[in-house]
Amino acid sequence: MVFMSGIVTFFVLLIFWIFMSGLFDLWHFGLGMVSCALIAYMSNDLLFKDMKVASKGRETIRLIKYMPWLLYQIYLANIYVVKLALHPKMSHLIYPHIVKFRTKLKKDVSVFTFANSITLTPGTITVLVEDDCFYVHAIDIPVAESLPGDMEKRVGHIFGED
Amino acid sequence: MTLIILTMTAALLVAGLFFFFAATVGFLRFPDLYTRMHATGKGDTLALLLMVAGLALFNLYDNFCWMGMVQSVKLLFIAVFWFIANPTATHAVLRAAFESGVTPWTKDGTVIIDKTEGEGA
Amino acid sequence: MGNFFLGTALALCFFIFLCLYRAVWGPTVFDRIIGAGFVGTKTTILLLLIGFIYRRIDMFVDLALVYSILNFISTLIVSKYFIKKGVHSHQL
Repeated sequence: MVFMSGIVTFFVLLIFWIFMSGLFDLWHFGLGMVSCALIAYMSNDLLFKDMKVASKGRETIRLIKYMPWLLYQIYLANIYVVKLALHPKMSHLIYPHIVKFRTKLKKDVSVFTFANSITLTPGTITVLVEDDCFYVHAIDIPVAESLPGDMEKRVGHIFGED
Repeated sequence: MTLIILTMTAALLVAGLFFFFAATVGFLRFPDLYTRMHATGKGDTLALLLMVAGLALFNLYDNFCWMGMVQSVKLLFIAVFWFIANPTATHAVLRAAFESGVTPWTKDGTVIIDKTEGEGA
Repeated sequence: MGNFFLGTALALCFFIFLCLYRAVWGPTVFDRIIGAGFVGTKTTILLLLIGFIYRRIDMFVDLALVYSILNFISTLIVSKYFIKKGVHSHQL
């Protein structure tokens, strides 16, 4: 299993190397092979820790499916920020608060994805994550009441925490 | 074909500039640190994505060869990196501010709405 | 297209100039960190545009990549540093 994760890490690093260097002569490509093999040998437990490669692939596919929805949310968030920033009476529109709520997500990577998604969606940014409590700064009352919303379910579905 | 690609590049760059402009105005106008972060944490990300996408498209058209594609992939990698790094940096700065006692600007004085109370936990 | 890139770069320079207000006179130290980070985001785009103007994008894309990574790491480290110092807004 350790050997398998080392091999997968090696190929991921090698693809990254090819796109960073773009050269295929013996010197550059050989240097890339040697350094990728060295790093894959030293840190093969970092990228695919106690995880089967198959479930990693499924998570990657689900994460890619999640991206268009997130991009649409970012677009909405930016329209909202533009509207607030260019509004002449902006301080009448906003009603900021910090909302504290509990989340059901357990894994580190899903908490990280959820926190970054909160920051990128309209009117909310993550301030602090403590154990399983999120402190989220919301800029208006309706946004604050809609938390945590259905984004938690989507992120939980990606990493298999239904 | 040329005209379409150049128009798309110009449109993406101008859209990115507009979001940068709005983020900058919000950054200067909002009343406190936390609301300013709303402008920078979101406006930055979308504006940078749009502008880098436009530049990558122009680069693909301008020198269409293997090295040109490699450079476009590098440009997209910059966009993906910012997409992950910008919310993280925002979160790190906000956490530092919250833990060193910078209080948010509010209208009615209640800083924290606690939704965990009454859950019996 | 070079003139268009030049105009975009000049507009970005103007926004950087506006951001320097917060980076220099920001009320708390965290406003200054954010201001510096925001300038860094625009500088990444500015480096890419300079690369397209001088037609040396092969070199400038690497510079922009390294610059963005350094900007991210410096923001993280400076904010960590000020957690430990515990600088309050009234102590500035």
